[in-house]
Amino acid sequence: MPTLSHLITRRHQVLPGFGLTLGFTLVYLSLIVLLPLSAVVFKTLSLSFAQFWEIVTAPRVLASYKLSFGASLLAAGINTVFGALLAWSLVRYRFPGRKLVDALVDLPFVLPTAVAGIALTALYAGNGWLGKLLEPLGIKVAFTPLGVLVALVFIGLPFVVRTVQPILEDIELELEEAATCLGAHRWQIIRLVILPALTPALLTGFALAFARAVGEYGSVIFIAGNLPMVSEITPLMIITKLEQYDYTGATAIALVMLAASFILLLVINSLQGWSAASSSSTGGRKS
Amino acid sequence: MAEFASSVASGIPSASRHRDYQASPATREVPWVRYTLLTIALGFFALFLLMPLFAVFTEALRKGWSVYFAALVEPDALSAMRLTLLAAAIAVPLNLVFGVSAAWAIAKFEFRGKQFLITLIDLPFSVSPVVAGLIYVLIFGAQGWFGSWLSDHDIRIIFAVPGIVLATIFVTFPFIARELIPLMEAQGRDEEEAATVLGASGWQTFWRVTLPNVKWGLLYGVILCNARAMGEFGAVSVVSGHIRGLTNTLPLHVEILYNEYNFAAAFAVASLLALLALITLALKTHVEWRQTAALSPESREQAT
Repeated sequence: MPTLSHLITRRHQVLPGFGLTLGFTLVYLSLIVLLPLSAVVFKTLSLSFAQFWEIVTAPRVLASYKLSFGASLLAAGINTVFGALLAWSLVRYRFPGRKLVDALVDLPFVLPTAVAGIALTALYAGNGWLGKLLEPLGIKVAFTPLGVLVALVFIGLPFVVRTVQPILEDIELELEEAATCLGAHRWQIIRLVILPALTPALLTGFALAFARAVGEYGSVIFIAGNLPMVSEITPLMIITKLEQYDYTGATAIALVMLAASFILLLVINSLQGWSAASSSSTGGRKS
Repeated sequence: MAEFASSVASGIPSASRHRDYQASPATREVPWVRYTLLTIALGFFALFLLMPLFAVFTEALRKGWSVYFAALVEPDALSAMRLTLLAAAIAVPLNLVFGVSAAWAIAKFEFRGKQFLITLIDLPFSVSPVVAGLIYVLIFGAQGWFGSWLSDHDIRIIFAVPGIVLATIFVTFPFIARELIPLMEAQGRDEEEAATVLGASGWQTFWRVTLPNVKWGLLYGVILCNARAMGEFGAVSVVSGHIRGLTNTLPLHVEILYNEYNFAAAFAVASLLALLALITLALKTHVEWRQTAALSPESREQAT
C-alpha cells in the first residue's frame, strides 16, 4: 500500500506488513469509532447555536451536570485517599488473604454495572444490611444523591489502586534508608520522599476515576432514584431525551459530554507521561 | 476506560518482587500505625467491594434454590444468555484481529502520528456508554443517516441484534490493542527482524516468533474484553429496544426483572454475571502470574 508507507519515518525496514496492518487499523477505527462519533457533531450542527445553548443549559440539565461532575469529583477524591491507603497496605504489609484482596480490587472492572447497581441498592435501601443501620441515624443513601456517590466510589476504586500500586512497588528502599540515615522521622519520609514520588500517580488515578465516574450509567441509575433536579445524572438526561424521541436534544447533551471526555483524555495522557517520567527519575524500573 | 489503568498497572506485573518492608526500621511503621492503616484500608475494601458481592448471592438465594434455578432456565433468560454469548462471540474475535494488527503496526514500525493513533484507539474508554449507544442510533436509527435506506431494504440494526453487536464492539474496542501495544513495544523487533532475515515470511514470523512472546498478554486482553462484552449495560441498553426474548442481553434482562420487582429472579441472573466476573478475575490473576513467571530472568535463562 504505497499511500501508507510514506508515513514511515524509519527507513531500511526489514519487517513486512506495515501497509496491511496500519491500513486495517485505520479502516476499522474509522468505521467503528470515528465515523459514528462524528455523527454527534454533525447532528448538533443542525441546531443553531442559540438552540444548542438552550438545550444544554436547561435547568434540569444544569442540575444533572452539577450532580454528575460534583459527585464524580467527590468520589474520585474519596477513592484517591482510600485507594492510596489500600495500595500502600497491599505493597507494604503482609496479611492473610492479601493475594485475594489484591485480585478482588479489580472487581468493579469486571462486574457488570447493572449487577453492581442492584447490589448496592439492595444494601443501602431502607431494609438492606447497611440501610437498616444508616436510616435510624437519619442518613438516607438509596434514591438520593448520596447513593450516586456510593455507586461512583464503587466503580472508581480500582483506577487509583492500580495506578498507585506499581509506582509504590518501584520506589527504592534505599531512598528511605538514606533519609533515615540523614535523621528524618518516618512521617517526614512519607511526606517528603514517598508522597512527592506518588503525586503524579495519585493525580492520574484521580483523573481516571473521575473520567469513568462522569460517564457512568449502569451502576448509578438503580440507586439514584432519578428524581428530576435532584438525583438525575447527565447520561440519564440523554436517555430521557431519547425515550421522548428528542434525538437532537440527546445529541446536544452528548456533545457536551464528549467534549468533557476529550479534555479529560488529554489531561490523563499528559499525567501519564509525567507519571512515567517521574517514576523513572526516582529510581524505578525503566521498562 | 478500565484499561487506561490496567495498561499502567498490569502489563508486566512487578508484584513478584518480594520485599520485607517491615524488616528494616527505615521502611517500617510502628505497630499501632500499621494496624490502624490496615484496618481502615481493609474496612473500606470490605464495605465497598465485598459487601455488594455478597449481597448479590444472598439476595439471589433468598427464596431458595428452586426459585433460583427457575429464574435461570426460564425461556427469556435463556434467550438473553444466547444473545450475550453471540455478541461476545462476534465482538471479541473482531477486536482481537484489530488489536493484533494495530499492535503490529504501532510496535514494530516508526511512523508519523503514532501517538495520536494510540490516543484515538483509547477513545472508546473515555466515552460514556450512553453516548456509545447513541452514536449508532444517529447513524442507523429511523431518523439516522442510513435510516430510510435501511427501512426501504427492510434491514433492522437499531432495536435489533446487529445494533447490540455494534455497541458491544465499540465499548470493548481498545481492550486487546491496549494490552498488546506496550507489551510488543517493550519486546522490540530484534527477534522478528532476525526471523525475517533468515527467510521467514511475515506470517511465519508472526506465528512462530511474535505470538509465543505475547500469548499471555493477548490472553489477558481477551479475558477482559470478553468480560466487558458480556457485561455491558449502558451502550447496549440504548440500542436494544428491550424486546423480551429477542433483543435482551443478560444485563438488560436483570434490569427488566428488577424493574418488575421480581427481585429474586433479577438477583439470580445477576449472580450468574457476578460468577462470570469472579471467574474472569481468577483467570486474569492466573495469567498475570504466568506472565510474571515467563518474564522473570530465571525462566528466560532456562529458555535460552
